[in-house]
Amino acid sequence: MNMQKPFAITLDPGSSLANKTGTWRTERPVYVDRLPPCNAQCPAGEDIQGWLFHAESGDYESAWRHLTRDNPFPAVMGRVCYHSCEGVCNRGKIDAAVGINSVERFLGDEALKRGWQFKGPASESGKHVLVVGAGPSGMSAAYHLRRMGHRVTVKEAGPLLGGMMRFGIPKYRLPREVLEAEMQRVVEMGVKVELNTRVANIATAMQEGHFDAAFLAVGAHIAKRAFIPAKDSSHILDAISVLRSMEGEDQPMLGRRVVVYGGGNTAIDVARTAKRLGATEAIIVYRRTRERMPAHDFEVEEALEEGVMVKWLSTIRQAGEGALTIEKMTLDEKGNPQPTGELETLEADSLILALGQDVDLSLLEGVPGLEISDGVVQVDAATMMTGHPGIFAGGDMVPAERNVTVAVGHGKKAARHIDAWLRGTQIAQSVKHAPATFERLNPWYYSDAPKTVRPQLEMARRTSSFDEVQGGLTEDNALFEARRCLSCGNCFECDNCYGVCPDNAVIKLGDGKRFQFNYDYCKGCGVCVAECPCGAIDMIPETV
Amino acid sequence: MTAPIKFYQTGTFTVGNRLLSPEQRSVQSSLERSNSLNSGHRACQGCGEALGARYAVDAAMRATQGQLIAANATGCLEVFSTPYPETSWQLPWIHSLFGNAAAVGTGIAAAMKVKGRNNVRVIAQGGDGGTTDIGFGCLSGMFERNDDVLYICYDNEAYMNTGVQRSSATPAGARTATTMAVGAEPGAQFGQGKNVPLIAMAHEIPYVATATVADLHDLETKVEHAMSIRGARYLHILVPCPLGWGAASQDTIKLARLARETGLFPVFEAEGGEVTAVTKIRRRVPVEEYLRPQKRFAHLFGAKGQQQMLAGIQARADRNIKRFGLLDVETAE
Ligand SMILES: Cc1cc2nc3c(=O)[nH]c(=O)nc-3n(C[C@H](O)[C@H](O)[C@H](O)COP(=O)(O)OP(=O)(O)OC[C@H]3O[C@@H](n4cnc5c(N)ncnc54)[C@H](O)[C@@H]3O)c2cc1C
Ligand SMILES: Cc1ncc(C[n+]2csc(CCOP(=O)(O)OP(=O)(O)O)c2C)c(N)n1
Ligand code: SF4
Ligand code: SF4
Ligand code: SF4
Ligand code: SF4
Ligand SMILES: [Mg+2]
Repeated sequence: MNMQKPFAITLDPGSSLANKTGTWRTERPVYVDRLPPCNAQCPAGEDIQGWLFHAESGDYESAWRHLTRDNPFPAVMGRVCYHSCEGVCNRGKIDAAVGINSVERFLGDEALKRGWQFKGPASESGKHVLVVGAGPSGMSAAYHLRRMGHRVTVKEAGPLLGGMMRFGIPKYRLPREVLEAEMQRVVEMGVKVELNTRVANIATAMQEGHFDAAFLAVGAHIAKRAFIPAKDSSHILDAISVLRSMEGEDQPMLGRRVVVYGGGNTAIDVARTAKRLGATEAIIVYRRTRERMPAHDFEVEEALEEGVMVKWLSTIRQAGEGALTIEKMTLDEKGNPQPTGELETLEADSLILALGQDVDLSLLEGVPGLEISDGVVQVDAATMMTGHPGIFAGGDMVPAERNVTVAVGHGKKAARHIDAWLRGTQIAQSVKHAPATFERLNPWYYSDAPKTVRPQLEMARRTSSFDEVQGGLTEDNALFEARRCLSCGNCFECDNCYGVCPDNAVIKLGDGKRFQFNYDYCKGCGVCVAECPCGAIDMIPETV
Repeated sequence: MTAPIKFYQTGTFTVGNRLLSPEQRSVQSSLERSNSLNSGHRACQGCGEALGARYAVDAAMRATQGQLIAANATGCLEVFSTPYPETSWQLPWIHSLFGNAAAVGTGIAAAMKVKGRNNVRVIAQGGDGGTTDIGFGCLSGMFERNDDVLYICYDNEAYMNTGVQRSSATPAGARTATTMAVGAEPGAQFGQGKNVPLIAMAHEIPYVATATVADLHDLETKVEHAMSIRGARYLHILVPCPLGWGAASQDTIKLARLARETGLFPVFEAEGGEVTAVTKIRRRVPVEEYLRPQKRFAHLFGAKGQQQMLAGIQARADRNIKRFGLLDVETAE
């Protein structure tokens, strides 16, 4: 500058930008994405935080599309998934868990209402994959494989799609039009389905159809038996057949007094079904106590509310005409039931056995390399491939928890590895993000769920129960519920870091583009880290 | 009010919120904020004063469409922002003396008036020492004449720039270089000091408000409101000082928040000498929670401890809560 300087001023005025205060730093903040507990828990590997983010802004279609990257059946999930995600939700430590499952259902229903469809693959791979069984696992695999560009043929022994979701789970929990619509949407991507087509032998089927790989998901449909001395005239059925026949023309004849033997979810469902069929008494006989019952407690509760009765610590010794002989049990120190010799008579028009299911493995005969133990097919847990290269398996027929969500997750995982196997590549072991723990959050910043909305919200959360009569969330409630999410470990663009930096060392990149640190000026004070509500900033030591 | 309740995840607690309409978002969340106090300044890591100054001046810049001049008292804010020949200020800014910022502001306002440039507005700013002690006479004069200046005091509760000496805004019990943690009642004396916001109110000037760096929306709203008024206005902002308070640099905002949530720093507004609004405590906490992370209060804790002094500080918080009605009726015990 040539300007004449005032008295005693010799230097041009300069900007403090010349002073790079970043050199003061001993630690630096870095943006991270952490794995929220809900995501880590979801058996289908959904990016829950990710789809809630879209739902929060009312962009339900983006939310649905984000969700269905992992799980094609949100309307079904929103009704039958046991939502273990909610059990680990960080918001549970503040007031109550986010109603993840009810928002999922809302999105699923919204998609059905609006007719949202899946996009087909961008290009065809030319490979052909056989899927055996059109249950959740098979249909999930079909969906993912199709998206990756493979030709998919599903062979299903039964007359309809859905597997146990159609022939096991009762209608009052999963309306069939919802199930059918979500199954059909996968078919419409160009998946070929052959109904009423039992695969008798997998090796033959693969050879005849020139398949490049196969995914087996035949479920577990053979009802387990227990030896109960019985008269010819006693009316003994198994739960799976009873529930299956609910899908047919003729409803099963169970009589007025129905006894169900078993303690799992199937026992509960069949007892509740019997009630709905007009039984005056539906009594579950179970060997142990309520605490030890494998059925989910909320299902037991709902059954009790509906008038189902349970005889705890009881076994059935004998089945006679119109009556059963029951023996009282007691638990030993190990918690195993032991007979007491104490007998009583229980009147019963029919006895339904709900003692679990075995897998029908006959289609695997003669396939080399397969390993079968405990009545299930062994698979490599990382890839879902059986001992026979190119044959993958999942769902109820492999060792795992038996539920729809696990089955869907298996289908996804298998599809990714089938894809890799077909392309002769390996899926790089993705490094899991570190967990987004509650301690990393700054809960101060989250609004309290306003009290006036709470009663309504309780109702909203209650609809995540399976009672279809309750219906789904209204849009307002779904939006409210989605916005309760804390976005654990993932930036939700609250602008806090951008605002709170005393050194103006955070660069805002614009909507949806997040932020960047300006390390020229960041002094490493850590205020941004402390004030990030969701714990999406780490502080790491500078290397000197 | 019967307006339907809307729920926006973080509401206005965070700096921004993509779910809120743009009008409801803060100046600081905007890409276009003026960054009146730019990067490269030499304030300590986590300095609450640097943060508070950018918050307040950016808001005033927006409210005046950038037609703003600042007069600044001596103190950290001046020293760390303008080591000759550099400056961090991105607005016309003048420093004269430690004790005369209010008078300089008055002069600029008078000059603008004479020149007919009524759109150019003036702020004067300084630390608590420059405001409540040495600059107090000038300030009172500015109030009394109702000069058209917004005076902003950045209160870090001591003379920080010269090495943490006690000011009349230093709280009882706090250790400073001139109130050592020795003797029967260590730290600053109980029963001393003055409350300048209340004194400002006694001048019955158009607008007096307090704020903290922990509640940005509140602070910005107050600056904006102040700039909509002509005449003398006073804004007193609590700005934690990691160095002087012996606190971790990342705790700056947390401490400001706790100061408010304990009741020790009441956040309110007054017009014409009457309190018109108070910010209610959201989650009340005992004063210990605020005092413990600060080394200037370390002598109140530990084996020897100072139960009586702690009780005295708690009593001050309780008095504020009662006096200003800081708790909602339902949440008050
Ligand atoms: C009464 C009941 C209630 C349940 N409730 C729930 C619930 O609320 N939530 C939950 O998550 N889980 C529930 N489950 C468990 C859940 O239904 C199963 O874990 C899940 O359906 C397993 O999926 P899958 O795809 O492995 O097998 P399946 O759903 O059993 O599907 C297998 C399919 O393969 C077909 N198939 C079998 N053999 C062949 C063959 N050789 N050739 C061609 N097709 C063949 C079958 O016809 C069937 O359609 C319930 C189960 C029952 C029995
Ligand atoms: C007349 C005069 N006396 C003393 C000083 C030395 N001095 C400079 S800044 C300062 C303290 C400033 O304290 P405060 O106003 O609270 O601002 P802070 O540094 O704490 O932000 C002092 C005593 C001076 N500059 N002028
Ligand atoms: S608050 Fe949101 S991100 Fe965090 S665990 Fe719950 S649902 Fe997941
Ligand atoms: S403070 Fe807000 S904007 Fe910054 S990283 Fe955290 S969530 Fe994202
Ligand atoms: S608040 Fe600013 S200076 Fe402090 S660590 Fe974060 S980016 Fe760096
Ligand atoms: S001494 Fe305190 S007020 Fe001064 S620059 Fe450091 S932190 Fe800021
Ligand atoms: Mg000071």
